[in-house]
Amino acid sequence: MTVESTAGTATAAVPELVQLLTPEGERVEHPRFSLETTPEELRSIYRDLVLVRRFDGEATALQRQGELGLWASLLGQEAAQVGSGRAQRPGDWAFPTYREHGVAWCKGVDPLNLLGMFRGVNHGGWDPYEKNFQLYTIVIGSQTLHATGYAMGITKDGTDDAVVAYFGDGASSQGDVNEAFTFASVYNAPVVFFCQNNQWAISEPTERQTRVPLYQRAAGFGFPGVRVDGNDVLACLAVTRWALERARNGEGPTLIEAFTYRMGAHTTSDDPTRYRIADELEEWKLKDPIERVKAYLVREEWADQEFFDAVDAESEQLARRVREGVRNMPDPDPTSIFGHVYAEGHALVDEERAQYVEYAASFDGSEEVGEGR
Amino acid sequence: MAAENYSMVKALNEALRRSLEADPKTLVMGEDVGRLGGVFRVTDGLHKDFGDARIIDTPLAESGIMGTAIGLALRGYRPVVEIQFDGFVYPAFDQIVTQLAKMHARALGHVKLPITVRIPFGGGIGAVEHHSESHEAYFAHTAGLKVVSPSNPVDAHWMLRQAIASDDPVIFLEPKRRYWDKGVVDPLGEAPAPLHSARVARPGRDLTLIAYGPMVKVCLEAAEAAAEDGHQIEVVDLRSLSPVDFDTLEASVKRTGRAVVVHEAPVFMGMGSELAARITERCFYSLEAPVLRVGGYFAPYPPSRVEETYLPDLDRVLDAVDRALAF
Repeated sequence: MTVESTAGTATAAVPELVQLLTPEGERVEHPRFSLETTPEELRSIYRDLVLVRRFDGEATALQRQGELGLWASLLGQEAAQVGSGRAQRPGDWAFPTYREHGVAWCKGVDPLNLLGMFRGVNHGGWDPYEKNFQLYTIVIGSQTLHATGYAMGITKDGTDDAVVAYFGDGASSQGDVNEAFTFASVYNAPVVFFCQNNQWAISEPTERQTRVPLYQRAAGFGFPGVRVDGNDVLACLAVTRWALERARNGEGPTLIEAFTYRMGAHTTSDDPTRYRIADELEEWKLKDPIERVKAYLVREEWADQEFFDAVDAESEQLARRVREGVRNMPDPDPTSIFGHVYAEGHALVDEERAQYVEYAASFDGSEEVGEGR
Repeated sequence: MAAENYSMVKALNEALRRSLEADPKTLVMGEDVGRLGGVFRVTDGLHKDFGDARIIDTPLAESGIMGTAIGLALRGYRPVVEIQFDGFVYPAFDQIVTQLAKMHARALGHVKLPITVRIPFGGGIGAVEHHSESHEAYFAHTAGLKVVSPSNPVDAHWMLRQAIASDDPVIFLEPKRRYWDKGVVDPLGEAPAPLHSARVARPGRDLTLIAYGPMVKVCLEAAEAAAEDGHQIEVVDLRSLSPVDFDTLEASVKRTGRAVVVHEAPVFMGMGSELAARITERCFYSLEAPVLRVGGYFAPYPPSRVEETYLPDLDRVLDAVDRALAF
């Protein structure tokens, strides 16, 4: 790939975009990345995409209704997450940002687990070892180093597990991400860096993060980078599988740039109308990740209306379960503040817990702690 | 192997060796810790005996070292990280404060990060900028971290072994100006005390000097000098900065009625501020004088030709002792 520099601007040659399923639902072949799928598998992929979008929509609604304090929607990124999520084996680890609800779904994490932190009852709290899905990481890019360290551990153990590190276009500017690239490269760690370039880091476009296509950065670190159509679930699946196989075979890290679009706001606290134009959104609607799979299934006659209705019904069931689950999520006991600060305890934490308990008891049930002066 | 006369560097080296032998999951990682044996030679010979897989020379990126150590710990390893000098820890500060300290709580206990972060700290060795800092208050201020600092080779040896064995993250501050002090260490013996206990280093009845790491020696010398003037000064070696063994401090100050806290770090918002406040709360009716503090000035650590002005020394400690006794 050549980069020409003229008059202070860098212009990259048009980057290649790996695509196996067009926005119109037409299956196309790629010279480097092939994929065999059965009709059953395609229906299962479609189901994942629909359920994940429905869950995400329900969480947005719950935030609007005051049941969640915040929600970071994945709308538009379902294919990137379901494709890369389904490429993983159970022994593989995923290190997510705070938006990888679709990856969590594919790993078998109960969606309700993801909502605790957005409701404010915990900071995550699930057991990462249960589904090999690390806790959400809010500070941008930090988890890429954890993923790399974990992958270094896999090498030491001599197993053929691998790791997927998720991050975004904004995170690509972080030192930690670049250090993760360096460590992964020099230790040849079995990690796949999966960058969802959704074009926007809150209000800043990708041009504010980079002057070269992000996947090209990998070359400077000494490992391959691939740009994939992030709204094409089949391409994301195929390319992630390929990268994971490389990792398992001792061929080291890979950078995948999933070229996609954040259809919603950064979070429910954001207002994208202040910084981007509606036309852009309309353009990306035509590349919807779910519609193209549906069109493919219909064209091939691998699914009928009964199937689509059943998936819709299941998604409504999921939404109901999520809604009830969130509403019934109890607030934590105040003394939980002092829980799990240390694995082996700490005298000051014990002392302050005891002081709080005594203080709370002094109200003697006459009024709630915190309501008094 | 019987007890031997070790420098602090050798005592630490032997502690690493014993810990590596005791648990195959223990790793040593950092800049130049491999063939070179570390810039202070604390890891000398370990690479030869334990190999690349366990003694890991890292790229020159502190956040990367800390972040990958966290990942290795998630995988079940027990990394001992070396930060080459105190002033180089700040690139890793985010990973330490935001990830290392909080992940256990974030995971409601499902995750443990048994990581020891060794940092040579403090001044007095004639170094260039960023090689003489005392940043213990930053770490002690952060819940989720434990912070300790040995003052002598015996403590250095045993406290490091205890820190590595701990399932909590431990910031292990090594007083680099004491690296070449000698002490008799018996690695086959037993740890003299729990990791987070303070120790009365010298008994006395008139005043309690409280110090840790490099300043314990200065305080012991001050107590010796004060004895010539007829003052019996008690010296408490804090050893653990988080948690602090307040019971030992309280017992001492209730006996003596006076306390002076000494550290190299700036007095303002330093460990001494917190110690003074809590000693006052616990010992109010026993105190004959306010708790005084001796430390660095509120200025960047100075060039080495004037660092003796900045660092608390025998005279500045004795000056504070006199002021406290004069109340």
